[in-house]
Amino acid sequence: MTGTTDHAVDLFADYDADRFFDELVRPADGTGGSLTGLIRRRLCEMGLDTLHERSQDAENELFNLGITFLIYAENQAVDRILPFDVIPRIITPDEWRHLHDGTVQRVTALNQFLHDIYHDQHLFKDGIVPEDLVLGNENYVPAMKGLAVKYDSYVNILGIDLVRDAEGTFRVLEDNCRVPSGVSYVVENRHLMQRAFPDLMSDIGVKSVTDYGRKLHEALCEMAPEGVLYPQVVLLSPGTYNSAYFEHVFLAREMGVPLVEGSDLVVEDDKVYMKTITGLSPVHSIYRRLGDDFLDPEAFNPESLLGVPGIMRAYAKGNVALANAVGTGVADDKAIYAYMPRLIKYYLDQDPILESVPTHICRERDGLQYTLDHLDELVVKPVGEAGGYGIVIGPKATEEQLDACRASLLADPSNYISQPLVPLSVSPTLTDDGIEPRHVDLRPFCITGQSSWVLPGGLTRVALRKGSLIVNSSQGGGSKDSWVLEGS
Amino acid sequence: MTSRLALLSRYAEAAFWMARYIERAENLARLIDVNETFARDSRGTSSWAALIQLNADGQRFTDRHGVGRTDAENVLHFYLLDTDNPSSIRSTVRMARENARTLRPLISTEMWVQLNVFYNRMLTLTAADITTPKLSRLCTAIKESCQVHTGIVEGTFYRDQGWYFYQIGRCLERADQTSRLLDIKYHTLLPSIDDIGSPLDISQWNTLLRSAAGYHAFRRVHARGLNPNDAAGFLIFDDAFPRSICGCINQIADLMTELKSHYALRAGNGAMERLDEIQAILSTRTIERIVAKGLHEFLDALQTQLIALTSDLGAAFFGHDYVPTPEVATVEA
Repeated sequence: MTGTTDHAVDLFADYDADRFFDELVRPADGTGGSLTGLIRRRLCEMGLDTLHERSQDAENELFNLGITFLIYAENQAVDRILPFDVIPRIITPDEWRHLHDGTVQRVTALNQFLHDIYHDQHLFKDGIVPEDLVLGNENYVPAMKGLAVKYDSYVNILGIDLVRDAEGTFRVLEDNCRVPSGVSYVVENRHLMQRAFPDLMSDIGVKSVTDYGRKLHEALCEMAPEGVLYPQVVLLSPGTYNSAYFEHVFLAREMGVPLVEGSDLVVEDDKVYMKTITGLSPVHSIYRRLGDDFLDPEAFNPESLLGVPGIMRAYAKGNVALANAVGTGVADDKAIYAYMPRLIKYYLDQDPILESVPTHICRERDGLQYTLDHLDELVVKPVGEAGGYGIVIGPKATEEQLDACRASLLADPSNYISQPLVPLSVSPTLTDDGIEPRHVDLRPFCITGQSSWVLPGGLTRVALRKGSLIVNSSQGGGSKDSWVLEGS
Repeated sequence: MTSRLALLSRYAEAAFWMARYIERAENLARLIDVNETFARDSRGTSSWAALIQLNADGQRFTDRHGVGRTDAENVLHFYLLDTDNPSSIRSTVRMARENARTLRPLISTEMWVQLNVFYNRMLTLTAADITTPKLSRLCTAIKESCQVHTGIVEGTFYRDQGWYFYQIGRCLERADQTSRLLDIKYHTLLPSIDDIGSPLDISQWNTLLRSAAGYHAFRRVHARGLNPNDAAGFLIFDDAFPRSICGCINQIADLMTELKSHYALRAGNGAMERLDEIQAILSTRTIERIVAKGLHEFLDALQTQLIALTSDLGAAFFGHDYVPTPEVATVEA
């Protein structure tokens, strides 16, 4: 390595994480030595100019590789990269054990919950969750009632959104049980770091992320109908204009399976086939990156041009596997999320390994009262909405907004939950002004066929705007490589 | 053992068209380059009109620029930068890239990245980059990007069914484009029969052969002199010249035969029959007879047959309904 500590400028001299937990600037990292200290020292030795230069190279490379999503501006589709921050986010061996076990526990409970609601519905009889909350949920799919799903694995691909509070406790913010995306960035970010920063990574010992495609393919083969010796797996994509098309390509390539669109598939005699140059060829297992609504115009939204007419018939007959299963959306609903700690206890007789964000269920009298009393400190979320719609952030709301919120709560308490505002942890991030703290979250990915496997690390999203808590790519978010340290 | 997976029809079509669009971009760059040279010789704006006529873009061009506005600036903008013109280089490269996007699961990362970078480079071009002093250099750069693509394909494209459709598309487009290159000289640039064999005529043939990268190859067959019939005959018949019409048609026939037998494809007999017909005509004609009966008419009929061949492939392999081409002309001239 060139340069020595003596000449290096300390890039962390003015660094101040304030009251937030910091992912990199901390004394102990559970590896015996101080790898986080070594990483910081190496960054300083490189210096800001080198970091900026390599950062620019990395972003150019992402653009050239077409690791982009489409945005529409002035009637034109433009390719944009997800901004990439070159300073990795660190996860220690102990933290990873905890996250891994907690994720597996959670997916196990989610699958048992889904099996229960689509079969015997013990949870209603035992009074764990109100019946109408599940059966009245728009994501509950009656067609799934009584339908067998292999290994009871409904959620074959799970992404969990985790944040870390000021004490450093990981907390689940949300489960993604439908079509979680972002895993391609985890792998591509790593490849990018390996090319651009071999000197930063050398001898650190970071858990590999290259197994994802193989593990996913294995699980999809396990899910295929009984008796099929060599299952044909495909990835069903909405097509090249979908903003996540890059990820679909990535996964199809990693698995070595065809990427198909709805029009490539056809159902005959309740079996699914794809159209090839030699005619129809059977398909046994489908990783679908298409929501339930669009899957089958015969069974669901008749307007859908993206789906495959009759595919639900083939699925109901057990002639094809769909991953994730149909009807999993009910499990990641905000209303159900509030019950997750109780559901884990109920199905597994265990305490939750991963904490949730404390959640007040407004349909319950205590929850409503607490919410009304602390409205200016809480985040109030409508349960039915997705994508952040209708959320009121108490500490940032005006008096009028709070009054309106109070009125809505009283009019229809069942429609709301409330949570404290979590002060997201920060991680050092390269900015025009040097290295500064920026807020991050983490989305680990878990694959479940016959058993569960968790991709080491996950997607770290970073809010690139100073002080911002919003990590979404549409609102100034980027991503980082997430390094799970091997440990001794 | 799992059986070898048959190619998705949609992939077959995307491979076929990716190759065609790149070949088309390369040839359009060649046409623009040779046209620029012609224009510089003496005839001013007339030869820019020829380019439009050859690509059958008359109506579209007039809609955008008006009648009689075929000056260099308008025509070059139309063929290099105009995103609303589907036959511009910017559009053809975009279509090649769109097909490559569809094929991403099948093709190498190197193939994709090169096309992606090529396309983004085309997007950055401005009016200042296509002025005549810079034009030849730009055309060379575009040709080279297309050739780099071809080289990466040679070195990285896995040789299964997709590769065959790619090669068939490339040869088909090349045959079509060589016929257009010939046409631009013979049909449009020749005002009277007296001009044949004149110094200007000979110098144009010279330029045309060079633009098809065929001058040196031509010299190996015809060591001295430059007779227009020899030059046209060379571009049509010489099987050893990679851009000759005969060479391309024979390659397509070989590729089709191999594809059908290697992968036991039952479909595609219509395309085979049409290829037989084209080959039969090419093998019985002489350049003298073609010229006597009208080279332009011959080339036009050939282009119609190539369009019909594309429909045959679409019906047999791409999952299209068969659309008979209206008035399918034979190559009988």
